Amino acid sequence: MKISREDVLRVAELANLELSGAEIETYGAQLASILSYCEKLNELDTSAVEPLAQILVARKETQDKDDAQHLREDSPRDAGIIRDVIQRAPEAATSDPPYFRVPKVIERGE
Amino acid sequence: MPPRNWTIAEIRSALESRKLSARELATDYFSRIERENPRLNAFLALSPERAFAQADAIDAKIARREPLPPLAGVPTALKDVLSTRGTETTCGSRILKGYVPPYDSTAIERLDRAGAIFLGKTNCDEFAMGSSNENSAYGPVHNPVALDRVPGGSSGGSAAAVAAGLAVVSLGTDTGGSIRQPGALCGVPAMMPTYGRVSRYGLIAFASSLDRIGPFARTVDDVARVMEVIAGRDPLDATSAGLPVPSYTAALSEPVKGLRLGIPREYFAEGLDPEVRKKVEAAIARLRDLGCIPTPIEMPHMPYAIPVYYLIATAEASSNLARFDGVRYGLRVAGSTLGEMYRKTRGAGFGAEVKRRIMLGTYALSAGYYDAYYLKAQKVRSLIKGDFDRAFRQVDLILAPTSPVTAFRLGERTADPLAMYLADIYTVTGSLAGITAISVPCGKANGTLPVGLQIMGPHFEEGRVLRLAHAFEAAGGFSL
Repeated sequence: MKISREDVLRVAELANLELSGAEIETYGAQLASILSYCEKLNELDTSAVEPLAQILVARKETQDKDDAQHLREDSPRDAGIIRDVIQRAPEAATSDPPYFRVPKVIERGE
Repeated sequence: MPPRNWTIAEIRSALESRKLSARELATDYFSRIERENPRLNAFLALSPERAFAQADAIDAKIARREPLPPLAGVPTALKDVLSTRGTETTCGSRILKGYVPPYDSTAIERLDRAGAIFLGKTNCDEFAMGSSNENSAYGPVHNPVALDRVPGGSSGGSAAAVAAGLAVVSLGTDTGGSIRQPGALCGVPAMMPTYGRVSRYGLIAFASSLDRIGPFARTVDDVARVMEVIAGRDPLDATSAGLPVPSYTAALSEPVKGLRLGIPREYFAEGLDPEVRKKVEAAIARLRDLGCIPTPIEMPHMPYAIPVYYLIATAEASSNLARFDGVRYGLRVAGSTLGEMYRKTRGAGFGAEVKRRIMLGTYALSAGYYDAYYLKAQKVRSLIKGDFDRAFRQVDLILAPTSPVTAFRLGERTADPLAMYLADIYTVTGSLAGITAISVPCGKANGTLPVGLQIMGPHFEEGRVLRLAHAFEAAGGFSL
């Protein structure tokens, strides 16, 4: 298994990570080694196996019958902590309502 | 000075008989921490203000002769991935340095209501990613049993604090072994509850289909007492289960004679340290003496668990950690555009292991590779869970080593990430299957380094797991 420098840069771009030249080298080699090990899974025929994403979905009997699989109404409510949350941000405007401040948004791939 | 091996019951009786106050007890623990934490690095932040307010509330109850809550006055340490109102919570990462959550995790709120006293936050691998605590941005924890060795990870600080007597109980989190393995390496009981048994509201997520919260303590009785407090349905965590919580302390006194204990061949194969094997086999013999029935079983997909775990956990982590982008909390590194700010903040804020896992997880989920890696891993996860389902039709509990090795030297294994991952082999299986398990001490390899016996039970059978662990402890198994 080979991971090229371009592969590493593409994944770093998807993950929004700035990597140094040394990190690009190291991660390329390490990802290749880990992914080669993962190819061990190909020893198993899984053509008739369902993927398992969540343990509890397979265990509906563990849920309350009165809380409808734990899904609540998707309706907004005010938790009353907006200012408390916003004041923890690296940059925020304390206007009413307060908001997070970010650099000007330009399309990706600038 | 009060003893170092207080149990919850002893604290309760000392408080009730007014031999000491909760404030005196808290003061004593803070002075121990001040004296000993510099060489252990188990605590990242202390919360004396909150602790003394909690202690004073208990002392006031005692003065008024009111009944005491179940964990009254118990000095408690909390892993730094759990949100605590008013106390800095960093997840062992630079990216959250200085972050003070506005609310408590549900598990912590329950401990608070039960009368526990919060000493502070414990060191851990960054975002709980690691098996040695060497991935913390704030330096490694030193194992109290041997200071030049790792405490295990990721909940290394929580394990070390209890083992060193700097806390009576602590909370950790377990995604692939992060409670059980440090429990084994530091020589203290440590429990991973069933997936869904303990609410994760307020836990800063690593891998949502795997993460659990659970306790460390010095005795199985104390583990049971903490479990009774933190377990149960929480409307704020949709994955928490609605099943009633039984009395775990009552379960401890039930007999163990006749329990069928599965011994999976695959967990005793190549790679197991001979000294660890010797102790675990002695533990099995001790349980046979108690009337349990060891039964050989097979769990054929166990050898595939490491790749399955590392593909699924990193894929979920790459998504969960997307929230750390310099906008809402923690570190921000300036950039001329939003995208540049994200990339610079994350590049500077995350450590090497976290970046490595985000890269791996992003790769496994990316177009063209999803089916080959992520989907394949989810299918093999089904097979691993199937191994457990089959085994638990045959036996009541499963026994195995917790870790193939004892505590290794700091720095000894950091060069090769894959080799570090491979040592999680005995714990990731139970994580993937969603079952419950405890690690309890079963003596020391060569008389020096602790070995852990892992007792695994079916979904929501914490009571059965604790019952066997307690019988083993009562039979002197901890010091085999």
